Amino acid sequence: MHAVLVMILQRLALGVVTLFVVSVVIFGATELLPGDLASTLLGQSATPETVAALRTQLGLDQPAPLRYWAWATGVVQGDFGVSLATRRPIADMLAMRLGNTVFLALYAAALAVPLALILGILAALWRNSIFDRVANAGALSAISFPEFFVAYILIFILAQSGFFPSMVRLSPDMALGDKLYATFLPALTLTLVVTAHMMRMTRAAIINLMASPYIEMARLKGLSPLRIVLRHALPNALAPIINVIALNLAYLITGVVVVEVVFVYPGLGQLMVDSVAKRDIAVVQAIALIFASAYVLLNLSADVLSTLTNPRLMRRT
Amino acid sequence: MGVMIFLACAIVASIPLSWGARRVMAAVLPRNMARVARDMPLTAAFGIMVIAVYLFVALFAPLLAPFPERAVVGSQFQPWDSTHWLGTDRLGRDMLSRLIYGARNTVGIAFATTALAFLVGSVLGIWAALRGGWLDQVLSRFVDALMAIPALIFSLLLLTIFGTSVLTLILVIAAVDATRVFRIARSVAQGVVVMDYIEAARLRGEGTAYLIGREILPNALAPLVAEFGLRFCFVFLTISSLSFLGLGIQPPTADWGSMVRDNATLITFGDVTPLLPAGAIALLTVAVNFVVDWQLYRASGLKEQAG
Repeated sequence: MHAVLVMILQRLALGVVTLFVVSVVIFGATELLPGDLASTLLGQSATPETVAALRTQLGLDQPAPLRYWAWATGVVQGDFGVSLATRRPIADMLAMRLGNTVFLALYAAALAVPLALILGILAALWRNSIFDRVANAGALSAISFPEFFVAYILIFILAQSGFFPSMVRLSPDMALGDKLYATFLPALTLTLVVTAHMMRMTRAAIINLMASPYIEMARLKGLSPLRIVLRHALPNALAPIINVIALNLAYLITGVVVVEVVFVYPGLGQLMVDSVAKRDIAVVQAIALIFASAYVLLNLSADVLSTLTNPRLMRRT
Repeated sequence: MGVMIFLACAIVASIPLSWGARRVMAAVLPRNMARVARDMPLTAAFGIMVIAVYLFVALFAPLLAPFPERAVVGSQFQPWDSTHWLGTDRLGRDMLSRLIYGARNTVGIAFATTALAFLVGSVLGIWAALRGGWLDQVLSRFVDALMAIPALIFSLLLLTIFGTSVLTLILVIAAVDATRVFRIARSVAQGVVVMDYIEAARLRGEGTAYLIGREILPNALAPLVAEFGLRFCFVFLTISSLSFLGLGIQPPTADWGSMVRDNATLITFGDVTPLLPAGAIALLTVAVNFVVDWQLYRASGLKEQAG
């Protein structure tokens, strides 16, 4: 038990360091500008006085490490500063949308994970069969499709004929069933995109394992292929599969941006795209930090979970 | 329903087409390449055929397109007819012509970006592997830090800071993707750097540029070429997605991503026209993926035979 605790603490410490570096990169990116933020935002026609005024307002007259410290301590307390475009506190703008985006991602994950695992295991079981080939070609094609193509095909087939709404309208007091129905198409789009990746990786992980000696042994004992896969291969494939799931949930983070725009879904991704167009750097930084933290945390938990399922990994370092 | 039938027909029709393409390639190419062409799977033949068609369209766009790229030649959202084969868009520009010019703009920009990312990423990666020591450590840790942020999110952040124009788009995406190329190039080169002939070249007193260009690169080329195909798909999809979001290639340049966005309202009225540019993007990425898959399989198959 002791070794496990140490391992988890080590990984957590590493995660905190990564988060710190990520926040520095996100904050420091503005320093790359030739000139500074204030003159870029105001454009060429601005007078020196207005540039100076904006500079004081943004705190640009202070050195960068001080500004980073103020920003980072604010973020830790849930204060992201104010939007440059609307002057509203960013935390208020994010609160609702963060919940919506998490809901959509979880919904898609709940559909995609079982589907991908079952398809991947079947493809590995019937390797080189027609099913395997069709599933593989299908997955390869689905990976190659841009998210908005999948989304619009679904709208064309399912929304245009009136089965599902093509634009998502959410209200806070919606029942869960209505909410699931209203967000079905965006969730399905994400599911299709992610399932293909996950299925291919699951198949590869299982096939890899099937080559090991103890599987050969089980086969020679005369066990049925299904039993070999479920009882012998799958428990040992857990570590790679957990990694696969976490990687793809992390992939959802970027997929969500495009899909939210297609379906006019009130989430973080849509707000981010709007803010990029308005060059509202404060909001973009806040959302980028949230997405990047989610990404780092997912990878971290995948690392910890896969180490727990396979104690041999613990002595890796 | 009509779309499904059309798609099924297209898939059925592509099988004899790619079979024919394979036969043509086997007949036309010189002997040793013809043997490779004869043995390739149909998916790869299909991929090569599609890529060839795209190249042809991109090169001869002005000759093929019936109307100029940016001219308003009709009223808004005209349906398909004999003068405007695919109708007109939101501003009354000819859809078919813009689709054809899009091959040039979208694919060209994606290719330039990938090439730039490769140039920077692979040279730095091989250099890091060659020199080792603190240079390797600094570059690798820096790349690790950048890779901890999802690519699309980081691109969006950089685009906010530098503004959206084609040049910044190319530079930003190339910078983000160069980190991924760096990783691959470095790990491939690390296997090559320990070879005796590198040691021999070093003892001869060759410079770093010679070592990278003449000794390491030729021996690391096979995995890097496959990676180039995959990277191109990523870059192409990212640029299309950004253009779709209105943050990539800017109007009035004809580009497939923004064409989908501009005409998306038609889909809800049951018109497939906006799906065509999206389909053009998907078809090219599928084709490149098929070819890369075959190349990877071939590389691994040859290794098995040798070992």
